[in-house]
Amino acid sequence: MSVDRVTNVLLCGIGGQGVLTAAELLARAAIAAGHDVKKTEVAGMAQRGGVVTSHLRFGPRVLAPAIPDGETDLLIGFEAAEALRWIGQVRAGGRIVANALRVKPPVVHQGLFAYPDDPIGAARAKGADRGIDVRSLDARAIADDLGNMKLINTAMLGAVADLLPLSPDALRALVVDVFRARKPALADLNAQAFDAGRAAVAAEAESAPAAAAS
Amino acid sequence: MNALTDVSAGSRALLSGNDAVARAVWEAGARVASAYPGTPSTEILETLARYPDVNAQWGVNEKVALEVAIGAALAGSRAFCAMKHVGMNVAADALMSQALAGINAGLVIAVADDVGLSSSQNEQDSRYWGRFAHLPILEPADAQEAHAFTLAAYALSEQAACPVILRLTTRVCHVKTVVAVGERQTPAHKGFIRDARRWVMLPANAKAMLPKQDARDAALSRESDTTDLTTILDGPDRSLGLIASGPAALSAREALPDAPILKMGQTWPLPLERIRAFAAGVDRVLVVEETEPLVETELKAAGLDVLGKDTLPRHGELSVGVLRAAAARLRGTADAAAPAPAAGPDPDVFPRPPTMCPGCPHLSPFYCLSKLRRAVLIAGDIGCYTLGAGHPWQAMDTCTCMGASVTMAHGLAIGKDGDDAAKGVVAVIGDSTFLHMGMQGLLNLVYNRANVTVMLLDNRTVGMTGGQEHPGTGFGIHGEEAPRVDFVALVKAMGVKPERVHSVNPYALPDLFKLIRTETQVPEVSVIITNQPCVLTDRHVPHPALTVVEEDCTGCGGCIAIGCPAIQVARRETTTTKSGKPKELTFARIDSAFCTGCNACVETCAPNAIVPLDPAAHPRLERV
Repeated sequence: MSVDRVTNVLLCGIGGQGVLTAAELLARAAIAAGHDVKKTEVAGMAQRGGVVTSHLRFGPRVLAPAIPDGETDLLIGFEAAEALRWIGQVRAGGRIVANALRVKPPVVHQGLFAYPDDPIGAARAKGADRGIDVRSLDARAIADDLGNMKLINTAMLGAVADLLPLSPDALRALVVDVFRARKPALADLNAQAFDAGRAAVAAEAESAPAAAAS
Repeated sequence: MNALTDVSAGSRALLSGNDAVARAVWEAGARVASAYPGTPSTEILETLARYPDVNAQWGVNEKVALEVAIGAALAGSRAFCAMKHVGMNVAADALMSQALAGINAGLVIAVADDVGLSSSQNEQDSRYWGRFAHLPILEPADAQEAHAFTLAAYALSEQAACPVILRLTTRVCHVKTVVAVGERQTPAHKGFIRDARRWVMLPANAKAMLPKQDARDAALSRESDTTDLTTILDGPDRSLGLIASGPAALSAREALPDAPILKMGQTWPLPLERIRAFAAGVDRVLVVEETEPLVETELKAAGLDVLGKDTLPRHGELSVGVLRAAAARLRGTADAAAPAPAAGPDPDVFPRPPTMCPGCPHLSPFYCLSKLRRAVLIAGDIGCYTLGAGHPWQAMDTCTCMGASVTMAHGLAIGKDGDDAAKGVVAVIGDSTFLHMGMQGLLNLVYNRANVTVMLLDNRTVGMTGGQEHPGTGFGIHGEEAPRVDFVALVKAMGVKPERVHSVNPYALPDLFKLIRTETQVPEVSVIITNQPCVLTDRHVPHPALTVVEEDCTGCGGCIAIGCPAIQVARRETTTTKSGKPKELTFARIDSAFCTGCNACVETCAPNAIVPLDPAAHPRLERV
């Protein structure tokens, strides 16, 4: 761990899912809280349905642009198997919040590779010996209930709001303000999606203690 | 959210390295900027185009872009040019000679190296251009430095009267950090200096420039030894000192916080006197550089005993983990024996390679080529369509660099023999790549009477880099209307026979297949131009989605072979044929949320099981 207590958040998903936008909002929240911030973006070939990651680091002073191997405090998976893919980057005692959404790529449909039966369960099993706390939520169902698939990202941000050294209320206000400025009609829906994501992870934490690996 | 052109001077903003370079070019008072898109450099010009009072424009290739910038700088305006690392290979002709002639108003050339090859065909170290062309190299470590160093580069360019190369890497270009920005300066226009002995590179004039270049080299070396872009990050543990630059210097500081670091902001010419003084104060010196051993080699030649690529990897990013592990090995500490943290992606999880998009107009050309696989050799090119080399098409035999599909197909056609003698040869190239460097190859092909079928996949954008404009789109960088090249007329003008030039709709799959088969058998140059736009651009008009009638699907898997991500496997079954052999059946479904209704897959379905989700909304598909 860095002596400067830098917080490392790794966001992962698939090109087109809005991973970079979510990372941008978290970065803004960290800046607003007075932190130094570094945040990577990946472009180019990765945008074409491939694997996308964004490294977000914040603290008093951030040096390296990328999160050192195995030092991720919080892994945010926008797709279930992607969360499993990057579990090796999470530190002992770190956390994973994963969307239960499963997206199979063409190479799986073409029969070349298998999609894991239970990626979240596999992540729990793999992370158990390092004390990694894995939580999941169905952000797509939350977005479906509210009638707009674009709310998945906001639900994911709500899901991690209580797991970061940032004020959950400030993050919520920032997310809602951004949408109020861009798409006023969606501001209230975003607030609801944020709260629903936050509640879903809190409920899961109560019903399934972190130590219990399935 | 990307371009913060309205950020006021004196304030701080979250900017990527690319955003920061663009901001600083504007602040430096540059009036002209030209670039060709290429990851990771593309966003520099895109962002710069949003600022006022800069004539920002896409060039058709990097050589053209650099020459436009050179001309503007000679005319007296501060100018800018950006490219990815391989772009400089194209621009090098202009670079090498103009470096000798020098410059009038400031010229900064940003070259972005794709360390780790996230989206490139090779990993190239652009710092060598500094040594090769006798030009200074400035190397920022993050976005804040990218901003400051760009401003410093203009000052240095005018002080030394030569272009300055700003060497960026992916971890500078695409990493955002908080940057303090300033106001736009208004440097006086320098005016054109009519001086043929300086600007006309006749041998006699060029020869006279050589001693001046030597003097400039010496002055630049003195500058490098005093510039405040190079700093020492001190540390108490003097057993190992690091000489580093770029993002690797910051990773080194994090990995080894107690080690003194000479952090070089200018990496060519090297600050040799400062390096000697630094080395004298530590027991051992390790050179931390991405990616080639340029500094290491120079220091060894200067008689310094340094460690470098014997200790650190020769390829890829020098991350904190890599540097910690190397230092532990050097110091012989216990860490060396400890297993490295499980770093990369989990090996048990399937790969998720980039794919073509649902409804992409490149899908059916590669489907057709995959069906003709045994009858043709296929030379590919740089763009989204390079994905045609992958599953399920596997319809590409070569891909080297921009435009090389046409020329290498030419070589394949005249060099093939044996089992390949009777095969047709196909070149697959996109619209922007054709205009970048493919045109000359076609001219050469026609002139030399080779037999190649050129498939010009015109999707009216630079797709892979995110949809930029070019002379074939009809629009300029600001979205304004621009003259649009007529590809059919262009290739005819180059001498392709009119009856061998075809502009076709790629979604009409059977027609496309027959055309490719016919043209690859005709012993002449043919050009097949597909004419439907990229589905990610506004020019694409989606149609209502399709679906698979479950009870009609026979499990033949024909539609899966198109490779459209919207077509998925519903279930697999194994059955037995009449002759008793096991047969795998693949039943398909279409994810209507992604389907663009392009119709290409409909023609692959023998039982006509692919139908409109809403027949009333899709009159084109009515069947008798």
